Amino acid sequence: MTNFSRRRVLRTLCMTATLLAVGAGGSALAQDRTSVKIGYAVSKTGPNAGGAGITTIPNYVLWVKEVNDAGGLEMPDGKRLPIELVEYDDRSSAEEVVRAVERLATQDKVDFMLPPWGTGFNLAVAPLFDRFGYPQLAVSAVTDKAPEFVKRWPKSFWLLGGGHDYTEALASLLAKARDDGTINDKISMISVADGFGIDLVTAARPSFEKAGFNVVYDVTYPAGTTDFSPMISEASSNGADTFVAFSYPPDTFAMTQQAQVAKFNPKVLYLGVGVGFPAYGAANGENATGVMSLGGIDPNNEANAAYRKRHEEVTGQAPDLWGSVVTYSSLQMLQEAIKRKGLDRDAVSAELSNGTFETALGEVKLEDNQLRKLWLGGQWQNGQFVAVAPADREGAAAPVLPKAPWKAQ
Amino acid sequence: MLATALITGLVLGGTYALVAMGLTLQYGISRIMNLAYGETVIAASFGAYLLNNAIGINPLLGLALIVPLGFVFGYLVYGLMLRPLVARSRDAASLEINSILATFGLLFVIQGVMLVAFGTNFTSYSYMNFGVNVLGANIAANRLLAFVLAVAIGGGLYLLLTRTRWGTALRAVAVSPSSAALVGIDADRAARFAFALGSALAAAGGVIVSMYQTFTATSGVIFTMKALIVVIMGGVGNLLGALSAGLILGLVETFVATYLDPGLTLAATYLIFLAILLWRPAGLFGRAR
Repeated sequence: MTNFSRRRVLRTLCMTATLLAVGAGGSALAQDRTSVKIGYAVSKTGPNAGGAGITTIPNYVLWVKEVNDAGGLEMPDGKRLPIELVEYDDRSSAEEVVRAVERLATQDKVDFMLPPWGTGFNLAVAPLFDRFGYPQLAVSAVTDKAPEFVKRWPKSFWLLGGGHDYTEALASLLAKARDDGTINDKISMISVADGFGIDLVTAARPSFEKAGFNVVYDVTYPAGTTDFSPMISEASSNGADTFVAFSYPPDTFAMTQQAQVAKFNPKVLYLGVGVGFPAYGAANGENATGVMSLGGIDPNNEANAAYRKRHEEVTGQAPDLWGSVVTYSSLQMLQEAIKRKGLDRDAVSAELSNGTFETALGEVKLEDNQLRKLWLGGQWQNGQFVAVAPADREGAAAPVLPKAPWKAQ
Repeated sequence: MLATALITGLVLGGTYALVAMGLTLQYGISRIMNLAYGETVIAASFGAYLLNNAIGINPLLGLALIVPLGFVFGYLVYGLMLRPLVARSRDAASLEINSILATFGLLFVIQGVMLVAFGTNFTSYSYMNFGVNVLGANIAANRLLAFVLAVAIGGGLYLLLTRTRWGTALRAVAVSPSSAALVGIDADRAARFAFALGSALAAAGGVIVSMYQTFTATSGVIFTMKALIVVIMGGVGNLLGALSAGLILGLVETFVATYLDPGLTLAATYLIFLAILLWRPAGLFGRAR
């Protein structure tokens, strides 16, 4: 039928792979005005755009709009300077984000920089933020090494906790359910073989062991996997009452659907990133109820509710129910620190470390440059992703276990 | 266990084949290596999502609307953008390079339009997401549909290409565009038709895939890469090749995930890809020169 030589096929393959690897384009976008210059490089295109477009970019947009609508950033002397924004697309490439941050510091000479999206990207730019003396309020970065990083880069701030925090919270929640006789001591656990999944599963193994659980199924899958039925069928036949997946958003959505098809009804269903997206509730409706994940919000917290309303009005989409409010609060902290100390980056960094701030999260005071008062686990209840862990924190809802079986659609 | 793995694997492979068949037509017959192929798939997915959520037209009916649109889109793209390249290119090799560069640009145009229209959000909806019992294995109805469509489209088009005069003309163009003209075949028309047909298949794949897979405006590249692997494994331009290569990939992934370790599926995929290329450099069904 055809006559393609091997050399031609291979050449085409190489060329295609190279071009696709060069990645999604979209050129740098810079605007010029006089005032406080704030810059950021974030993934507007490429594989990371999905996450950045939910947790990071809308909050930057919202904050800049709110500040400028109010006349600008307030200085210690009461004067207001509007924000002049310098924005780059890192195209989901780690080299590009490093280059862009360097450009922001050396050529654009911005006054402050906002961090990129993702654990890896925040780590990639941390040395540069440090070298050029910018405070780095890293939000979308989950890392257990935060205390170490704070020593290495004293102006870095880590606001979303570490994998260990989340798995400890999960283990104690599960231990309570086991002691109540709701679930047995067996856990099936799968994880994506990539940054987030590796971090979390590495933290989860000792957490579960310490809590006296028996992990009967523990496998990883490559990022980009779309069919989870072999794993679900294994997990449904091994007698474990708890299914834990440290997954990325597309996997999370796919697993939820495939678990329904397979009529897989574990008593505890805990999935990874994506459960806290408003789209998850919208796509699954009733069937989202009972699904657990990282994060969560206190629906009765007024500051947060007001934030969610403004977010939806300005950006046209609801914020996610984990990192979004933290991102926004980090910007409020920066704004307040600038109001107290002006544009001196050292003074602002010191203020961020030591000051107390009123934010959409409530009152925030960092401990060793880290935010420790976090919601570590949530569950969909009555159409909302409410926080259930840590259980002893004020505003936590009680988890509803066992999860009800899937309803037919 | 064995039957379940077998059927799950076939169904997964069917979805790979479904997405790859359009590319094999475009690349094999029109000689256009279309890097914007995955974007066409995703655009159709967004179309199906919009029809389903905004107007309430279910994706199966949506197929009747989106597939012809895909055909028209492919027809126009070939006529307006690629035809001048074909006319200008001296030989097959330079056409290949020209078409790769041109469609690389097209990729960003389509992606940019989708980013503006839909943003970067993960998009998904539920349709036909219930289990169907096939020989004791519980299979999602939407995936089963993808498999059935893949086999039906692959088999049907194969028969058309091998049993009809029209199909023979298309194959003649695939073998040698310049000689085809000597026996009275309008090579330009055939190539344009094949390209449009490929776009229509991409659109069909996009609609079906959107029923069970979460997608974003930027995830087209994943489909292009997967489709390209299937196409090259099966033999460029060969529908049955794409179908069987897709099924083999699906089976291998499922068997490895079931009996070895889900972490090895990607490695197994590329191992099979390498082995087949070493054994048959032009692909399973390809004929090397």
